[in-house]
Amino acid sequence: MSQTHRLTGGQIDSSRVLNFTFDGRAFQGHPGDTLASALMANGVRLMGRSFKYHRPRGVLSAGSEEPNALVELRGGARQEPNTRATVAELFEGLSARSQNRWPSLAFDAMAINDRFSNFLTAGFYYKTFMWPAAFWEKLYEPIIRRAAGLGSISLQDDPDGYDKGFLHCDLLIIGAGPAGLAAALTAGRAGAQVILADEDFAPGGRLNAETLTLGDATGAEWAAATLAELSGLPNVRLMTRTTVIGAFDHGIYGAVERVSDHLATPAAGQPRQILWRIYSRRALLCAGAIERPIAFENNDRPGVMLAGAMRAYANRWAATPAHKVAVFTNNDDGHKTAVDLLAKGVQVAAVIDTRKDAPRIADCELLAGAEVTDTRGRLGLKFVSVRLADGSERMLECGALGVSGGWNPNVHLTCHQRGRPVWNDQISAFVPGKDTPPGLTVAGAATGAFSTAAALSGGSKAAAAALCDIGIKARAIPMPRAEDAPVSLMPFWYVPGGKGRAWLDQQNDVTVKDVKLAHQENFRSVEHLKRYTTLGMATDQGKTSNMGGLAIMAELAGKTIPQVGTTIFRPPYTPVAMGALAGRAVGRDFHPTRLTPSHKWASEQGAVFVEVGNWLRAQWFPRPGETHWRQSVDREVLATRKSVGICDVTTLGKIDVQGTDAAEFLNKVYANGFAKLPVGKTRYGLMLREDGMAMDDGTTARLAEHHFVMTTTTANAVSVYRHLEFVRQCLWPDLDVQLISTTEAWAQYAVAGPNSRALLQKVVDPQFDISNEAFPFMACAEITVCGGLRARLFRISFSGELAFEIAVPTRYGDAMIRRLMQVGAAYDVVPYGTEALGVMRIEKGHAAGNELNGTTTALNLGMGRMVSKKKDSIGSVLSEREGLNAPDALMQVGLRPVDETQPITAGGHLMRRGDAANAANDQGYVTSVAYSPCLGHSIGLGFLKGGGDRQGEIMQLVSPVTGTNVEVEIVSPHFIDPEGERLRA
Amino acid sequence: MIINHPLLGPRDAQEFTYLGDAALIDRPDWQGEDAQSRFYEYLYLRDNPAGTHRELWFHEGGDRSWLVVTRNTVSHEILQVELARDVARAKGRSK
Amino acid sequence: MHDLIATTALGEAGPRADRFEGLSIAENPDFALVSVAARLDRQEGLSAAMKKAFGLALPDVGLSRAKGALSAFWTGPDQWMIEAPHDSHEDLAAQLGAALGENASVVEQNDGWVRFDIEGPRASDMFERLCPLDTRRMQPDAVSRTSIEHLGCFVLRRDAGEAFSVLGPRSSAGSLHHALCTAARSAL
Repeated sequence: MSQTHRLTGGQIDSSRVLNFTFDGRAFQGHPGDTLASALMANGVRLMGRSFKYHRPRGVLSAGSEEPNALVELRGGARQEPNTRATVAELFEGLSARSQNRWPSLAFDAMAINDRFSNFLTAGFYYKTFMWPAAFWEKLYEPIIRRAAGLGSISLQDDPDGYDKGFLHCDLLIIGAGPAGLAAALTAGRAGAQVILADEDFAPGGRLNAETLTLGDATGAEWAAATLAELSGLPNVRLMTRTTVIGAFDHGIYGAVERVSDHLATPAAGQPRQILWRIYSRRALLCAGAIERPIAFENNDRPGVMLAGAMRAYANRWAATPAHKVAVFTNNDDGHKTAVDLLAKGVQVAAVIDTRKDAPRIADCELLAGAEVTDTRGRLGLKFVSVRLADGSERMLECGALGVSGGWNPNVHLTCHQRGRPVWNDQISAFVPGKDTPPGLTVAGAATGAFSTAAALSGGSKAAAAALCDIGIKARAIPMPRAEDAPVSLMPFWYVPGGKGRAWLDQQNDVTVKDVKLAHQENFRSVEHLKRYTTLGMATDQGKTSNMGGLAIMAELAGKTIPQVGTTIFRPPYTPVAMGALAGRAVGRDFHPTRLTPSHKWASEQGAVFVEVGNWLRAQWFPRPGETHWRQSVDREVLATRKSVGICDVTTLGKIDVQGTDAAEFLNKVYANGFAKLPVGKTRYGLMLREDGMAMDDGTTARLAEHHFVMTTTTANAVSVYRHLEFVRQCLWPDLDVQLISTTEAWAQYAVAGPNSRALLQKVVDPQFDISNEAFPFMACAEITVCGGLRARLFRISFSGELAFEIAVPTRYGDAMIRRLMQVGAAYDVVPYGTEALGVMRIEKGHAAGNELNGTTTALNLGMGRMVSKKKDSIGSVLSEREGLNAPDALMQVGLRPVDETQPITAGGHLMRRGDAANAANDQGYVTSVAYSPCLGHSIGLGFLKGGGDRQGEIMQLVSPVTGTNVEVEIVSPHFIDPEGERLRA
Repeated sequence: MIINHPLLGPRDAQEFTYLGDAALIDRPDWQGEDAQSRFYEYLYLRDNPAGTHRELWFHEGGDRSWLVVTRNTVSHEILQVELARDVARAKGRSK
Repeated sequence: MHDLIATTALGEAGPRADRFEGLSIAENPDFALVSVAARLDRQEGLSAAMKKAFGLALPDVGLSRAKGALSAFWTGPDQWMIEAPHDSHEDLAAQLGAALGENASVVEQNDGWVRFDIEGPRASDMFERLCPLDTRRMQPDAVSRTSIEHLGCFVLRRDAGEAFSVLGPRSSAGSLHHALCTAARSAL
């Protein structure tokens, strides 16, 4: 079948053919077509099945407001459901499928729902699936979901990329119809930075859809000439296929640019779509207006469509839904459809106008004071029934009916910041109120000024005013002569009487009766009406249907439409793909990755890495023959404790603290004292939040009188820095202290184990004495290594062994780990990862993130005495609260299984022996567990009520998660070397 | 939102981290007679007005200044932006 | 002289360079960087000492200024970064520390950062996919810290033309490089 419904003219390139398929059938269209216009040109009226009743549906509109013609595009991983055929640009090879039908669009088994429509009325789900409650999740919901869904998704990863970006402008113009183009020309010529965004691929708005003259040119010609001038202006950014989706605070707008949706696949490296964040000094909404239908019985048959859309298809796309059409209108504008289609050689059966005094505008039969009462045709319109002015009925044969109930200004974005539109009686529609988002003004049809002349001059004036407002000289420019007809309309929302269903919201299958039922059942507020009936939900958000529902509710409630009001308009204006919201932040690009200086070397060793925040850290270093991670970790622990091991600890936060008041500053942020820390020494510090809970801990070294280097835990480096700046700037603004992070600047390695000193002596330059006497436990120094490289050495230990941390400038970090391993070979040095690190700190009883979990105090951690009462520090006052200091406060304890073959379970809770295992008997919980290769059994750290005095007690450790109950003995948390002899060796 | 940084000019609020009520600057005297209850009020009893509110924002993605932003929490209108350090000094905070 | 061999921030022996239509992205490892923050009420003393020792007047908010091998850019209230070629100024922190004395807190930042030099007429087409800075309207010698893919970065305009430097956290050099190149491919 060829393009039987293609007319002449239009803005399509009929010299080129594009092949596409719909439900497997091959069709042809032309560049410039949408899927909807190409299907129409091929005589296809049936494009989908409705959501609830599976009624056959065709295209209603010619724009993004489309409720019916939702299709699935493409296939494979690129399959995209619920795409509006009216805005899907045709491309060679496009494959489209109808949705919500089985087995085929023409015969849909679920259409049986239509027979049961009496049961499926408003509130059906709420009323029917009330009980039993358990049935909802297991029975009702799955059935409903299967029956009611629209399109389906591919369930595969999206192969395309999406971008985000940021744009800046003096004036953002939203919509490139006559008002937007006039505004852009005005602002562009004035030299302002302008962004002109339009959702269409061919800007021009109604200039492309109407047979207008602007001066001596057609509307489309003027639009093309204007666009040509604008594209030559370097200060104007013309963005087509770009929908402004939301008006956010302070002049920020969101916009989605569909870069590659009109291509079969995006070009290499190109995104499919871009989500732009536009920073505007001023914005001008020129979004035009959307036509609204009139409800009557069976007004949803394929072929019944908006009158303005019908002539848009004829004028712009040279396509007609039928060779004989009719028009049903309550206003003069609807008559234009008859005029334009007649001019294209399409037969017009009649113009049916609800107004008794309707003017004769088109050269065809006029039925004034008449109403369409019903339609016929199983899968497409064949006849309309008309009730004439004298009350008699008449059947009109026609394959399509253009309906116009007037036009609604597109106020959506004016309401995104709680603005409310106001009613305009002249056009019987809502227009923008005064409470538009600050900086946003409105021009053209979006204000209710519907003539072309008003749009042109309004756009130009509004642009000039917006620019003057921000100090850019601009004035309105002369516009070509254009039609300036007043709006002539008699409000008419639905045809009363009749037993059948008159459709308001075709996307959600909401009828006039549903609104009446909602009123009867007292769901009368517009927001209730929406939720109860689903009127105005889903992809189109009721752009063509809301007004009808409001009008009927107003009539039933005896109110005016403005008294009933509208539901709140929220972003996005049209649906946005999840991919566009995610942007590039998918997969490995979800967040940046931080690599340690030894990363490359560790990779070469076959290290297994673990994500710690954004860092990738070596978790363990498997050796050939090791098949289980525990083998590697146990070996690393034993080798370190026996001789020496090396671990990359660069990830710990390092903050340089300098100034004459640096010591005083540390006194304030740490619970314990730092003022008396000698130069060349390091001290453990516990940082509290103001509520007395532990915030972070680490060691701080005093490199000079006024120079400290603080370390933080890896996880808290950012929040600690923020906190320190708060203390410095907001609490004690006159302390002489300066802060900067140096985490990245130094590659830092822990060298631990009895041979750690011997190893380091091979790299530390000989003039630096690091013997136990010269460089005792907790010493620190700035030294040189390997013949003169500046370095820092700290004698600190997390493992409990004799240990050091050595730092060199990061660029030498890779060379340093290789050197340390090389010189350490004589001592059988091993690299160890975060698992071995964790095992050793648990063996030593050091608190870490599991213990500093935001709910523990210094007392809980066994460090209550560290909180100095002699000085003012963050958290010291509130840590003395009575509730935090009860005798049975949680205290950190060690745990060992009575039966050493039993594991200790992380997260398990401690109960007294003999007590029932329930929450009421809870005595504490386990925070960290490990298998101790040194002790040969599982060990744990935990918090226990009054735990300081309970060593030796046997308790039950209950884990409802793993279903285990193990007997454990409460012991000291220091499993290894409790006296600290090793680390002082 | 856009925060008009007193030094840097208009910057996207996305560059900032929010803390809360600027009353957090008014940390009580630790040696005061009723220090416990004063600290309790300081930390937990704060206003949450629907309207004008003074808030602390940290320019984490910028110059690391703490700012006091006077903002209408209903309309999001920003009425004043000051360096928190200046505000703290004006309130008599020092060392 | 020590015998340890440096690697670039991207973990390689030599710097990485990528070319796109109208844009080049080149890692520049040859920079020493030192943070200089005025001690309390010592801003004037710092400025004077800086001028005396290096002839460099510290720039105002949001700007950079060069003098000889050194250049300074503003990073925060009373705080600057001083840049110089690394090969000739690896000890820049020590030099500054000696010259500025008690006027400033001086911190070596040589290896805390990765630097990419970005040049070409399409540079701003890439930046608009990465950060909220309006790089097209940045003044020559303007500097701003901003977030690029969650990374706190300095963006410096090097001259009136289309030459920029991006300084980002060194540990995320790979992610930053990937972000720059992805945006460049996407935009160009």
